[in-house]
Amino acid sequence: MADIKELQRIASQVRRDIIRQTHMAGSGHPGGSLGCADFLTALYFEIMDHHTDFNMEGKGEDLFFLSNGHISPLWYSVLARSGYFPLEELRTFRKINSRLQGHPATEEGLPGIRVASGSLGQGLSVAIGAALSKRLNQDDKHVFALTGDGEIQEGQIWEAAMFAAHHKVDNLIATVDWNGQQIDGPNEEVMSLGDLPAKWAAFGWDVLMMNGNDMADVIAKLQEAKRHSGKGKPIVILMRTVMGYGVDFMEGDHNWHGSPPNDEQTERALSQLEETLGDY
Amino acid sequence: MMLNQLIKAKDQDKKDTRSGFGDGLLELARQDEDVVGLTADLAGSLRMEKFAAEFPERFFNCGVAEANMIGVAAGLATGGKLPFTGTFANFSTGRVYDQIRQSIAYSEKNVKVCASHAGLTLGEDGATHQNLEDIGMMRMLPNFTVIVPCDYNQTKAATLAVAEHHGPVYLRFGRPKWPIFTEAGQPFEIGKAQPLSEGSDVSLFACGHMVWQAIQAAKQLEEEGISVDLINIHTIKPLDEEAILDSVSKTGCAVTAEEHQLNGGLGDAVAQVLAKQHPAPMSFVGVNDKFGESGTPIPLLNKYGLGVEDIIRAVKHAIDKK
Repeated sequence: MADIKELQRIASQVRRDIIRQTHMAGSGHPGGSLGCADFLTALYFEIMDHHTDFNMEGKGEDLFFLSNGHISPLWYSVLARSGYFPLEELRTFRKINSRLQGHPATEEGLPGIRVASGSLGQGLSVAIGAALSKRLNQDDKHVFALTGDGEIQEGQIWEAAMFAAHHKVDNLIATVDWNGQQIDGPNEEVMSLGDLPAKWAAFGWDVLMMNGNDMADVIAKLQEAKRHSGKGKPIVILMRTVMGYGVDFMEGDHNWHGSPPNDEQTERALSQLEETLGDY
Repeated sequence: MMLNQLIKAKDQDKKDTRSGFGDGLLELARQDEDVVGLTADLAGSLRMEKFAAEFPERFFNCGVAEANMIGVAAGLATGGKLPFTGTFANFSTGRVYDQIRQSIAYSEKNVKVCASHAGLTLGEDGATHQNLEDIGMMRMLPNFTVIVPCDYNQTKAATLAVAEHHGPVYLRFGRPKWPIFTEAGQPFEIGKAQPLSEGSDVSLFACGHMVWQAIQAAKQLEEEGISVDLINIHTIKPLDEEAILDSVSKTGCAVTAEEHQLNGGLGDAVAQVLAKQHPAPMSFVGVNDKFGESGTPIPLLNKYGLGVEDIIRAVKHAIDKK
């Protein structure tokens, strides 16, 4: 049984890390990072069977691919707190000579990262390829992927959606962070996404809905998704989140997509997020 | 090798270089179960059907969706597989440049991007498909190796060789039946230029289909008393600088010939080496900032300045500038 309270405590510290990283860097993307903190915490601390002694191929373990690479401060925090690299390294986020690039990259050899992402729309295809290699290797572990909602305006996402259904990639669990916001404003103003559950279902995917800011629901739906695997269909979780979740003045505001908090805002934000595991 | 030996090929077999790729890939797939094939609805054109029929579980037709194909290949490579993607040069490069840049080149994935129907010699389909910018695009990408073999045998050998090389490769070949003048079963060393005929008056560097054009030009020049040092630069990146510098040190001038825009390709690569290390007069044979058109290969090469006579003129021009 998952300890929901403990996972929430970890997520609170991860949110502090996001605020502190983007503040210290003076740039970065806090909004989506905060919104997805519960999801990524659940994946790395409860759901995935993964090894912190990182190897690229990841045979025999569950893999995660972040397609919306701009929420890197979230991923870096979760990786560091899982034990992939020293926590102190979070201080180097977006600075010169760092392994923690603005968007995730492999070139500097940061453990936990398997492909560069940030130019949107590409990570789902890569996750599908990794899932196929697991199938060819008779490796029964899962591949998880996360995309943004604005990101699925990219055509490549729908190429990937068609491919995964056609080739019955049923060891793949993709999640869409459906917070309704993108850099220029609400999805519905920038480019309407339409009936997302119906769209994914029409592409041949098994569709689950999830409240991405309710840890109990996140755990329940991810476990359900794993039970749905191996049945001939790729699985997508449409995850409703609130951009900026956990920091009242950031919640639901697209202006926090790619802007860092200033000193005063950082103080206010941190006062709302309990320090549970110790700041780095 | 003597020009006379090479030129005999005129009466010998002709085969399309893409078949060299298809046959090489099939051989690889039989040797190594990690080899996987991907295409975007062009298995037949890329001569990948035998692979698909013999190893269906390792062959993925992606439909007409090249961007996803590149990403899936990057994912397969991440999982330890050895993916070969096959589509036309146009759809292997410009159409998916950002996917290749981020998911393969920057991410250092061991993917072989294999491209057929490059250049004017694709023929009748016209300029929409006649990619003449691909060598430049691909050689600009860090981490990429760029290979342009000259005939069927060499394309097969190159296909086998790239499997042994860990890292992203762009392998470029073509559609038409073209004379075979290199040996079957030849060793292929990535980054090592292939001297074809020794000479003292001019260095002639060619790649791909233009090597055959260059052989014919060299033969005619020899009859006029001009001695050509002919070298097949099958690997554009990494470039065999030593072979280029050794040759030009001897001849004092250089000509490049490629089925590509003059901007960005073999000519630029050679010029960069010479400008830095051994400035010498140069002439360039390639397409001069134009799109192609429908037609058959040889008339198209002639019309766009890539004919045998064009190479001869370029050689004389380079020698005159010495």
